[in-house]
Amino acid sequence: MGQIFPRNANLLMRLSIFAGLLLAVELTLILGVYFRSNYFRQINVAIEQPVPYSHQLHAGVLGIDCRYCHISVDKSSFANVPATETCMTCHSQIKSNSPKLAVVRESYATGKPVEWLRVHRVPDFVYFNHSIHINKGIGCSNCHGQINTMAVVWQTQPLYMGWCLNCHRNPEKYIRPRDQVFNMDYVQPVDQLQVGANLVKQYGVNKAQLTNCYICHR
Amino acid sequence: MQTLRSRRLATRARLARYGWVGLLTMLLAACHTDMYSQPRYQPYEPSSFFADGRSSRPNVPGAVAAGQVQTDTYLYTAKVNGVVGNVMPFPVTANLLARGQQQFTIYCSVCHGVAGMGQSIVAERASIVPANFHQQRLRDVPIGHFFDVITNGVYRSDPVKGGYQSMFSYASRIKVEDRWAIAAYIRALQLSQNATVDDVPPAERAKLGR
Repeated sequence: MGQIFPRNANLLMRLSIFAGLLLAVELTLILGVYFRSNYFRQINVAIEQPVPYSHQLHAGVLGIDCRYCHISVDKSSFANVPATETCMTCHSQIKSNSPKLAVVRESYATGKPVEWLRVHRVPDFVYFNHSIHINKGIGCSNCHGQINTMAVVWQTQPLYMGWCLNCHRNPEKYIRPRDQVFNMDYVQPVDQLQVGANLVKQYGVNKAQLTNCYICHR
Repeated sequence: MQTLRSRRLATRARLARYGWVGLLTMLLAACHTDMYSQPRYQPYEPSSFFADGRSSRPNVPGAVAAGQVQTDTYLYTAKVNGVVGNVMPFPVTANLLARGQQQFTIYCSVCHGVAGMGQSIVAERASIVPANFHQQRLRDVPIGHFFDVITNGVYRSDPVKGGYQSMFSYASRIKVEDRWAIAAYIRALQLSQNATVDDVPPAERAKLGR
């Protein structure tokens, strides 16, 4: 009977044990550490926008409600970026000559949109709906962090599936009263689990269906 | 027979040696992102198809979305024969006033202040003078006036003659029903500054805390 493997295959076989170990370590590092790292997810990386707009000033200092600009956040799946008209509602009179607002004025004059950069993004196979979260007592700051303190916005949460499921499995840990949804400085009560369980019942959150695949993947 | 068998074995040996190359190629080729970024437009996604680069298209002039025919002129304009009316197009309830308060606080209080006094942090920093809802002129205007102003904005003198828009239209931002709710709430605010305890129904007086 002829030899299938050459003699040096013995050496390769022994080496492959180490290679296999190395591969296992590498895979663990890549899948478990790199893909979940803040570096890969671009967490805590401030995104510079074409207009130096500050949420810290507008939402924090001036106390303008989130919905003044993001009008569709409680009505639609998508939280809109405000139209240039919304900026010009105030800035046609306030700081109307500021060079920082030149891009906004040009957009208003020409009708060409300001090219804002996206900060939070989920893959296309995730059907995320803002309005249902807002209307069932999940606050802005739950997912976006304290935007009212950010001069330039960055992502604070990883937005991976395990992170979503963390709340979808235990909504009572994060739910808050509806009138506190837009309160960026909301602090959970000490008896959050008790309060949360009541709110889950009161708002009709169906825990059993929250972890169904098709809740997010359709 | 013998040669055929040895040739088959040799093929198998070659497969064992180099087969992994093909396997790896297939594995790597399986990595793709067309589910991550699917061939459809997310909101605001740029488009190369349209000249202005927008995938979200502006409304075609004159187009009416299904179920949005505006047959009730008074509901949408607050005007009867071009004159603003003084009645609400639907009944005022406590829920409607609560909705009005919420919407007023979001959109109006930024300039006019939460109590409608025309004072706010934005107005102060920008040195603009928003209307005070408690002045006699605005206490006397019909309720439709507030709806009309929210819908069309306010011009200081004629825009053709160099006037400017001191308040923009909020028609694209506040729903028709909510605009009426705000108008009703402004009336409630005006009442609140000129009411006595006798105006409060006896059943509700306990809530005043005295």
